[in-house]
Amino acid sequence: MNPAKTIGERLAEAGVSRRAFLKFCTALASMMALPPAAGPAMAQAIATRERPSVIWLPFQECTGCTESITRSHTPTLESLIFDLVSLDYQETLMAAAGHQAEAVLAAAMKENFGKYLLIVDGSVPLVEDGAYSCTAGRSNLALLKEAAQGAAAIICVGTCSSYGGIPRAAPNPTQAVPVSAVVKDRPIVNVPGCPPIPVVITGVLAHYLTFGNLPELDPLGRPKAFYGETIHDRCYRRPFYDQGRFAKTFDDEGARSGWCLYELGCKGPVTYNACATLKWNAGTSFPIQSGHGCLGCSEPDFWDRGSFYRPLAAADWGSAKTVGAAAAAGVALGAAAAWAARRRQDRFVKEAAAPADRKPEG
Amino acid sequence: MDLLAFARGPGMQWATAIFVAGVLWRLVGVALLRRKPDLSAPRVAAKWKGLRLIVLRSWPRKEFLGGTAFTEVMGYVFHIGFLVALFFYLPHVLFFADVAQGLLGVTFKGVFGVAWPTLPGGIIYFASAVSVAALIAVLVHRLVNPVKRLISNFDDYFSWFVTIAPIATGMAAYSHIGAPYQTLLALHLLSVELLMVWFPFGKLMHAFTIFAARGSTGMLFERKGATL
Repeated sequence: MNPAKTIGERLAEAGVSRRAFLKFCTALASMMALPPAAGPAMAQAIATRERPSVIWLPFQECTGCTESITRSHTPTLESLIFDLVSLDYQETLMAAAGHQAEAVLAAAMKENFGKYLLIVDGSVPLVEDGAYSCTAGRSNLALLKEAAQGAAAIICVGTCSSYGGIPRAAPNPTQAVPVSAVVKDRPIVNVPGCPPIPVVITGVLAHYLTFGNLPELDPLGRPKAFYGETIHDRCYRRPFYDQGRFAKTFDDEGARSGWCLYELGCKGPVTYNACATLKWNAGTSFPIQSGHGCLGCSEPDFWDRGSFYRPLAAADWGSAKTVGAAAAAGVALGAAAAWAARRRQDRFVKEAAAPADRKPEG
Repeated sequence: MDLLAFARGPGMQWATAIFVAGVLWRLVGVALLRRKPDLSAPRVAAKWKGLRLIVLRSWPRKEFLGGTAFTEVMGYVFHIGFLVALFFYLPHVLFFADVAQGLLGVTFKGVFGVAWPTLPGGIIYFASAVSVAALIAVLVHRLVNPVKRLISNFDDYFSWFVTIAPIATGMAAYSHIGAPYQTLLALHLLSVELLMVWFPFGKLMHAFTIFAARGSTGMLFERKGATL
């Protein structure tokens, strides 16, 4: 671990040409929707910076986010780890284990206090003082509080650390919360997705390396460059939505013709992510292209928003029971109103008839 | 719970319950009212002929054409545009299909053998725009015409508002204008819910009573020997 050398020096030592590095930076700039001129500027900025220390803490998670970043192609995981950042602690990827690993973590936090980037994947359980998820005998809650103190910024990778994710799904037995519910005094950027797109994770890191700060965020703490538009807006099936052509089942003519999956429950219209543009596996495909509707996994509480296969338009209007009860109440009210009106009519008739029935006095 | 989750969940449930209860309250309340006995002998023998008034009143009379043509034409333009958007836009059709499935356990295709047709988004958008334009035109006419202005009350203006709001917010949501899509969709749903809640208590209730009212009036006129 020698963070004193600049990234440019390390790249030169590794035999990476300036042309290749410029191409890499231009690709990053394009990915982040920056103007073409930003490529050389990024190359200059990244080359002259020291590699930042990165500490990656996994909490209540499934390791899917780590699996995702290992499929990153721009930059590759190898170049990310060895050239751009100093990934000092990552339980899944590091060779060390047990006390050695914990010693590395303690040393990295101490040496880079106030400067390291903290990446978190997984939600934080609160019940029983966080006893439901521990590492080396310490709860995630305690570890996060300690690690956050020396972090320059926190990147929440995945929907679990960003919004609680699946561990937070009802009835949320561990009282799982996102990182932002525990840490209030550090800059946090959310990179949600279940898992997030690998190039989005590395893109956020690249932005930090280039500009020394976190990218512009949307109201849910997500980088606008990647989460600025809905899947629906950028979906290649969008023309079929506009034309009114929809697949009715997963194996009908419409589905085979690539028509819109809205009717099959696609959540693309209300999901902000870059799946439709950046795609997965080196830009090969994304869920909708593979024939399945979007689940909306980069949105808070996506697991509890009804069936994945129920169309967005099918709002929860109630049930036959509630509508029946409302109908019964309406009929009863109407009958009562008519009964009251008839009583009033009877009274008027009686009052109108009364003088004629009365016998003259005297 | 965010705005969209509220609009798709509790908001829609309450609006549906109030709509159903309110409409039935009004209909049953009117249906069970005591009718005034007509002691005179009917002037004509044909009992059901008066139902012709349902159709006759749907068209302007020649004598009043000059004064009513604008309102009649705009009324038709608005209603046709509104109904096209309401019943032929896929998300709306899916909502109604979900309600039919939940309440009656049937699908349109299951009953009739063919799926309910839908129209492309562009046509729906055009129909909505025409509908909004017609609504604005009739509002201006109401404000400019001294007689109409005099006889207008809160019900007229509020019913106009709750009618145009879902169309306008629906168009905004379709074209993503003014706010994030979730916000626009939530506003669209909330405006629909406002319409549903107000519906039974204002003049919008005419949607359920207009043909029955014309029919019963026609039968009454016929019985009395009036020329329809």
